[in-house]
Amino acid sequence: MNALFVMLLIPVVAAGVLALLRPWHLAAGVNVGASALGLACTAWLGWQVAAHGVVSGAGFHVDGFSMALVALTAFVGLTTAVFSRTYMRQLYDSGTVAATRMRLYHAMYQLFMFTMLLALTTDNLGVLWVAVEGATLATVLLVSLYRTSESIEAAWKYFVLCSVGIALALFGTVLTYFAAGHLGAAAVPGLSMSALHEHAAGLQPSVMSLAFVFLLVGYGTKAGLVPMHQWLPDAHSEGPAPMSAMLSGLLLNVALYAIVRVKLLVDGSLASSSNPYLAGQLLMGFGLVSFLVAAFFLHRQRDIKRLFSYSSVEHMGIVTFAFGLGGPIATFGALLHMLSHSLAKSAIFVTVGYAARIAGSQGLEHIRGLIRTQPAVGWSLVAGVAAIAGLPPFGIFAGEFLLLVATVDTRPWLAVVLLAGLVVAFAGLFRHLQPVVFGAAPEGQRPVRAAMAPVLLHLGLAAWFGLAMPGVLAGWLHGATFLISGDTLP
Amino acid sequence: MAALQGVLYLVLGPWLVGWVRLVKARLANRRGAPAHQPWRDLVRLFGKEARVAHTASPLFRIAPYVVFVATALAAATVPLVAVELPTAVIADIIVLAGLLALARFFLALAAMDVGTAFGGMGASREMMVSALAEPALLMGVFTVAMQAHSTNLSSVVSHQLELGLVLKPSMLFALTCLALVAVAETGRIPVDNPATHLELTMIHEAMVLEYSGRHLALMEWAGQVKLVLYGVLLVDIFLPWGIARSFEPAALAIGLGAAVIKLALLGVLLAVAESVLAKMRLFRVPALLNVALLMGLIGLLSHVILEAGA
Amino acid sequence: MLPSTLTFMQQLVPVLAALVLFLSFVLLAQARPLSAVHAFAWQGALLAAVTVAVAAVSGHGHLYVSAFITFALKAVLIPWMLHRLIRRLALDRSVEGVASPALLNMAAVALVIFSYWLVLPIVQHESGITRNIVAISLAVVLIGLLMMVFRQQAVSQVIGFMSMENGLFLAAVSATGGMPLVVELGIAFDVLVAMVLFGVFFLEIQASIDSLDVDRLNRLHEREDESP
Repeated sequence: MNALFVMLLIPVVAAGVLALLRPWHLAAGVNVGASALGLACTAWLGWQVAAHGVVSGAGFHVDGFSMALVALTAFVGLTTAVFSRTYMRQLYDSGTVAATRMRLYHAMYQLFMFTMLLALTTDNLGVLWVAVEGATLATVLLVSLYRTSESIEAAWKYFVLCSVGIALALFGTVLTYFAAGHLGAAAVPGLSMSALHEHAAGLQPSVMSLAFVFLLVGYGTKAGLVPMHQWLPDAHSEGPAPMSAMLSGLLLNVALYAIVRVKLLVDGSLASSSNPYLAGQLLMGFGLVSFLVAAFFLHRQRDIKRLFSYSSVEHMGIVTFAFGLGGPIATFGALLHMLSHSLAKSAIFVTVGYAARIAGSQGLEHIRGLIRTQPAVGWSLVAGVAAIAGLPPFGIFAGEFLLLVATVDTRPWLAVVLLAGLVVAFAGLFRHLQPVVFGAAPEGQRPVRAAMAPVLLHLGLAAWFGLAMPGVLAGWLHGATFLISGDTLP
Repeated sequence: MAALQGVLYLVLGPWLVGWVRLVKARLANRRGAPAHQPWRDLVRLFGKEARVAHTASPLFRIAPYVVFVATALAAATVPLVAVELPTAVIADIIVLAGLLALARFFLALAAMDVGTAFGGMGASREMMVSALAEPALLMGVFTVAMQAHSTNLSSVVSHQLELGLVLKPSMLFALTCLALVAVAETGRIPVDNPATHLELTMIHEAMVLEYSGRHLALMEWAGQVKLVLYGVLLVDIFLPWGIARSFEPAALAIGLGAAVIKLALLGVLLAVAESVLAKMRLFRVPALLNVALLMGLIGLLSHVILEAGA
Repeated sequence: MLPSTLTFMQQLVPVLAALVLFLSFVLLAQARPLSAVHAFAWQGALLAAVTVAVAAVSGHGHLYVSAFITFALKAVLIPWMLHRLIRRLALDRSVEGVASPALLNMAAVALVIFSYWLVLPIVQHESGITRNIVAISLAVVLIGLLMMVFRQQAVSQVIGFMSMENGLFLAAVSATGGMPLVVELGIAFDVLVAMVLFGVFFLEIQASIDSLDVDRLNRLHEREDESP
């Protein structure tokens, strides 16, 4: 438990320090240091979870599912902090961002980490809601960091749409609490997810169905499910590159985590009712629509960051679909997909950040010939897009493969749809990638100072996960698969 | 008994209007005419000659009688002193609304009959106000009727009496709705100024502009009875205590006394409201009636959602 | 359950809840930002009153604390902040054109009926005076959403959002007798921070496009000729 408390305390303290720290160039260092400490604590916690299976108490509950995502969050947080150090210095030097905004940025960065870690480790459904809303609030001002009209518009859209969605999720939470209050049994679980999970069969199906719809729409807005995704391309493309990396890579996962946790409760409650697969069907529907819509929208993009934001929507759609399909194979594939996507997408946004600085603009027609100008950036982008598009040996390929296997098993015709969508998305990405990386470089483009180490690390891990997974991580994922789908991998 | 109640309405009408005028005058720091002044006006008018324009059709002469009779009949059905009168059978709120609509119809026709500009203007304005007030009236009435499971006024009042003093959201909203409708239908401030002499601001007055003598007396009397009618309607439905349930003289006396006191209080309230509020511009009146309709709707919804106990 | 058999406090709860719903309608129709803020403050005060009444009836002590927090936050603090913002943005004399208020009112009534229908299967096995208030609370939430969708001024949209939170609080009080205090505090804190951020945003938006008409925030579109 100590590991957990320390892990949560570090970002809060760091945020406070960063808010008060005047010389901002120290801030980046503090940021990195705090993230590194956080990662160390996460490792400590992870070791405990690996040893005992579950760490719980005092309103917290960390099992394999939470732990995998916590480890991912801390890791990506650290690498992005390292990246952000050089990147934000360049922004400051070029005068795009002022000193006070730098302080805000770094303080909010740590606060954002805190809210995400809290959401992933809490046992209380209400605290989960508070943390997800807190994550939204922490990042809203960061999206509008550049203070251009576009970024303010994007941040406003993000704020309003996500707040509305979250409010609906709160109604769902209230309904769940209502159902919990009527369990009738001696135990009054309140909002504790683990306790509710045990008593799930006693929850009223009608209440839980309605609650799930609200929770799905609410948290689905945060996860970028169509048609609630309108804020995502704007918010992810207008903020600074480190912020895009974190939002795309980490926050979407947290939202999906919330949805899956709730799905567990609803499945238990509806198991004996007339429509036991309602949750799964809803997830599949939303996931498939998100996936297809995003795949088609990929072709229309003119801005490189928007392109990859739609790619995020597409991947979240696949993962949602996989969770909806259920069954151990699809679930394991979904979890693997979540992890690999975070790694690859954050790497891509880092690379794209550098690419945009090289070209001086985010428009696809302005970014050309990266291979010639700065080969490191160019090849990283190629590798990143390969990872995202689902080429082997990266983890996303493995995840999608498992999903296809599971779909062919249960609903073969949906597998055809999935394949078609994957082809469309693949075509969209590479169609845009080709001129960007291999085209003729325009005049006057200089290489920028780029620390590509985080990117290479991420992509390497994504590849590693695709081929063979470290035992500890695999253990967590297997545990999560068992929890979510009720069965283990054959 | 029923006939006696009908006559009572006719008697109370001018008294109520006189009382309201007296209170308004006192509020404006004047001495004001005594409360029976409208009676004296009516008697005086009956004695005068009724001049009719040569462009008027027979409708013009018949209209005052029709209006008066319809209003008096409508009033006679509303329980004032006692419930369960023989006329209670026809004391349906829908019938009430229908009779009042009949009166209004003839009034408007007669106003247009002579062919003056002001008559037509008054008629069209009156029709606009009533067209908007009718749905609100029905909405408020239905809210109340749903609770008593009948639109018969006597049943409604009896039901309210049995219930005792209960705070219910639907009744609160229905009360506001019906109060607003009453103000609109009887032509009081803030919808219409009954004491105005400026023709362009008139609604009701413009319609009776051409009448004189006994015709004017009948029209004025009908308007006064209408005011009492709405007042009694409000009082009956929302504050029905004191009304006699049997025909013993003691109960009847209490009923009469209670009715008079309640009407007097309502008159004071009306006078205060008229002194404090300003007359609304005509194109704002639909907004006011929209509010009334909305209140009625919310009352109905409150009843169904909060009280019906599905 | 005949209302006449209930105590005064128990009768008060549906009355206050109906008044909260009425204020939602009033909010929807306000053209001036300041009067909308006042209506919102009244709604917050009534909400606190409902909580006190429910606390008196059901005997849950922590509801008194919740009522106090709600009153302090939603009837005093947030309206005060909005007031200050409106003054600062020089909006206090502006009148926003509300498109077709009659249609909006009808849509709001339809939403009330819809929420009643939606909630009916859940609460029909319930007993207790607060069960029908769940429909009212969902209606308040949906009307707040309606307000956010159909108003163009940023201030009105924020008030719509706050009104949604009011509805959610009412749902929590009525359906479950109040959420655990930890959660309530977290939610209140989130709402407060959101309000602060909205304030910051108004200033940024006005500095950027020199008005608070959010319809003018439309530069991020997927047009063929767009060049960022």
